[in-house]
Amino acid sequence: MNRIPLEKKVLSENERIAAELRARFEEHGVFCLNFLSSPGAGKTTLLERTLEGFAREERVAVLTGDIQTDNDARRLARFGFPVKQITTGGACHLDARMVERALAAWSVDKLDLLLIENVGNLVCPASYDLGEAAKVVLLSVAEGDDKPLKYPAVFFRSDLLILNKIDLLPHVPFNIAAARENARRVHQDIEILEVSALSGAGLEDWRRWLEARRRAARRAPAPVPAAPIVTG
Amino acid sequence: MHELAIANSILEAARAEAVRRPGARLLRVGVRVGELSGVEPEALSFSFEALVSGSDLEPLALEIETCPRRQCCPECGRVFRVVDYEVACPDCGAAETRCISGDELEMVYLELEGL
Repeated sequence: MNRIPLEKKVLSENERIAAELRARFEEHGVFCLNFLSSPGAGKTTLLERTLEGFAREERVAVLTGDIQTDNDARRLARFGFPVKQITTGGACHLDARMVERALAAWSVDKLDLLLIENVGNLVCPASYDLGEAAKVVLLSVAEGDDKPLKYPAVFFRSDLLILNKIDLLPHVPFNIAAARENARRVHQDIEILEVSALSGAGLEDWRRWLEARRRAARRAPAPVPAAPIVTG
Repeated sequence: MHELAIANSILEAARAEAVRRPGARLLRVGVRVGELSGVEPEALSFSFEALVSGSDLEPLALEIETCPRRQCCPECGRVFRVVDYEVACPDCGAAETRCISGDELEMVYLELEGL
């Protein structure tokens, strides 16, 4: 009997494809976000409002994942930007290969921004890197404010938490302060925005966050040349 | 419920290693699962057994080492295990500490016979 040490990720094949996607995105200056939440938290509505705010010439595209139907793609296609539905046919998450296949028919170099709406599920999508620059998790106030503690992985791996449906706050026992604290207990550096994609409250903050991150990403890839050493 | 897909990835990786070693038979595979990984060890074991049962890989076994979340304090250097999401440093009380482990999902070893 022989034991061979194997220090590698279980999802190394997914990570390999995700790394290739990330390199392609960086090479072509595409900023990519992966949106995660439980079903019904408002990902599609937030994307509708986001697309609505863009000028026609904006080079943005959307991939949207669901187990069945192309309902979301039809909702999102109304804004005139390229949209593709990924129907997983049962799988509870998107993986990097699905994204790679969905992108095959598009010229990535013609894009500046790629928004990926994952399958509605607060657990499984967190395990799969899609090559994105950042994950954004939505939590609606119709859910519980303890969700970050119950489903830590997705909050741990997301850069931004959007507390959505804040227009419902007067009608639900959701404690915003507790939700913020719970999210920070899981992930100290997570940024948090309060939004109602339906009423429009907080959407300006979301657009500012998106633009700031896009600007930072455009600056970041170019390595700063070392300053010449001047002597004498 | 993605544990079935994760179990399948473990089997594929194990198979790929076995193919490189003709004549060897896989006995056991060891993985490391962090408590922040979003993977439920019991569901992973169940899925793994379901996939192996009746296949050519039988009786391949899975050993799961679960890894707690650990933080490091930038003030005093203390490394501590996080219980109930309490991330403040238990020694010096610093509120801001850095997560250094707990989201692992890694293959650790393979046991084979006839190598």
